[in-house]
Amino acid sequence: MKKFSIFSLARNALSHHEHWPEQWRSPAPKPAYDVVIIGAGGHGLATAYYLAALHGITNVAVLEKGWLGGGNTGRNTTVIRSNYLWDESAALYEHSLKLWEGLAQELNYNLMFSQRGVLNLIHNVHDLQEATRRVNANRLNAVDAELLSTEEVKAFCPILNTSPKTRYPIMGGTLQRRGGNARHDAVAWGYARAADARGVDIIQNCEVTGIDVEAGRVTGVQTTQGTIAAKKVGIVVAGHSSVLAAMAGFRLPIESHPLQALVSEPLKPVLHCVIMSNGVHVYVSQSDKGELVIGAGLDPPNSYSQRGGLHTIEDQMGAIVELIPIFSRVRMMRSWAGIVDVCPDASPIIGKTPVEGLFINGGWGTGGFKATPGSGWVLAHTIATGEPHPLNAPFALDRFTSGALIDEHAAAAVAH
Amino acid sequence: MLWIDCPWCGARPESEFRYGGEAHIARPDPATTDDAGWGDYLFMRSNPKGVHAERWMHREGCRRWFNALRDTVSNDVLTIYPMGTPRPDAPGDEAEGG
Repeated sequence: MKKFSIFSLARNALSHHEHWPEQWRSPAPKPAYDVVIIGAGGHGLATAYYLAALHGITNVAVLEKGWLGGGNTGRNTTVIRSNYLWDESAALYEHSLKLWEGLAQELNYNLMFSQRGVLNLIHNVHDLQEATRRVNANRLNAVDAELLSTEEVKAFCPILNTSPKTRYPIMGGTLQRRGGNARHDAVAWGYARAADARGVDIIQNCEVTGIDVEAGRVTGVQTTQGTIAAKKVGIVVAGHSSVLAAMAGFRLPIESHPLQALVSEPLKPVLHCVIMSNGVHVYVSQSDKGELVIGAGLDPPNSYSQRGGLHTIEDQMGAIVELIPIFSRVRMMRSWAGIVDVCPDASPIIGKTPVEGLFINGGWGTGGFKATPGSGWVLAHTIATGEPHPLNAPFALDRFTSGALIDEHAAAAVAH
Repeated sequence: MLWIDCPWCGARPESEFRYGGEAHIARPDPATTDDAGWGDYLFMRSNPKGVHAERWMHREGCRRWFNALRDTVSNDVLTIYPMGTPRPDAPGDEAEGG
């Protein structure tokens, strides 16, 4: 792996940046691997990286039906935070946030990670009670959190309309200063480059069409590039978990929905933090290119179509103009949808499946990007040792039989 | 936006309807159902990539419920049929998912 540094930049500038080496190989698949990861998004590539870097398992393939990072990794709104209510979630997301804080150095890759602060707005008495409880719970879990008054919200983000005369006035907010954004593509590229350098094969344009199971144990996968044997397989496919699970003969408590996002024309710097609001339901931040990146709720009917209804966007644009009236004349450039797998308790499933040797990491719903490093870290541990790490043990599939749900639907600082 | 043919009001835009999730999930007897069966009833869904049987309610119209078959890839609403009747066949009714 060629190390990126100020010196390599300067050296390559002399040759007009025409001699940079490929960042990862594009190998043909081998007949067999110790571990096959299905899905080369951020989570799958992170899993492969930590398998190689922390557990010494390098005979690994990551199979991707399209191109690397071309699914939800490239479609999300890049918000990173860990201010979840329940202990299990706070531990998992905070572990992930701590990994984010050292990740650019570890991967030698500029992830454009920016801890600009995530501000969750409060619009009514119930919001205030929920936010107060969540801030206290966060602090007990050593997650940074502050409760702000309306005046403090205005001071932190002056473009918000804090007038009491709006339909849903801003009554305060919660702030996680360590939260923020990162460049979504760079996360996938950084993990891919670092995993590839440790011997992991990343195989693009290789769709899995079947999962081979013999006597209750996984033996490999069928793909568009032939059969690949594997001792262990991880399903890390964002919006297609149910489809892959069906190939292995079991069902999941998941429904897949389109989640839309959109970006505006590029503006001068105007919004320095991430704004989220449950009450009027929208979230917005400004990318380094200057575009406002805006997202909100799911389209209700389950779908694999990667597009949603305009009425959903209309709702979130109404909300954004209510919160930040100066955005009312900003033109929107593009909108798109990603397919997100939603669990009944809005928490992910990370761990074992009914098939021995087959593991799953999915069901992240509307918020998986923030967990990319932590999710890969715990899944790598689970695959390497065969048992979940204490961080992901509560997120097992069998919680939907035992009833031990981690219900973040109303608790996770966003509306679901 | 979907365009849904309400059996009583005719074709109307999706924003007038409430989505009711997967259809034909029968509630088992809690007294004779084990945890796995109850969890299956409460949480497990077929979530197919293909034809899906689902429930809709015309919230801003007649407020009545009905079932529909919809293709979850193309979003085409294929068939509308009354609640309480068995799932009809649809053209190309071979769900890919579980």
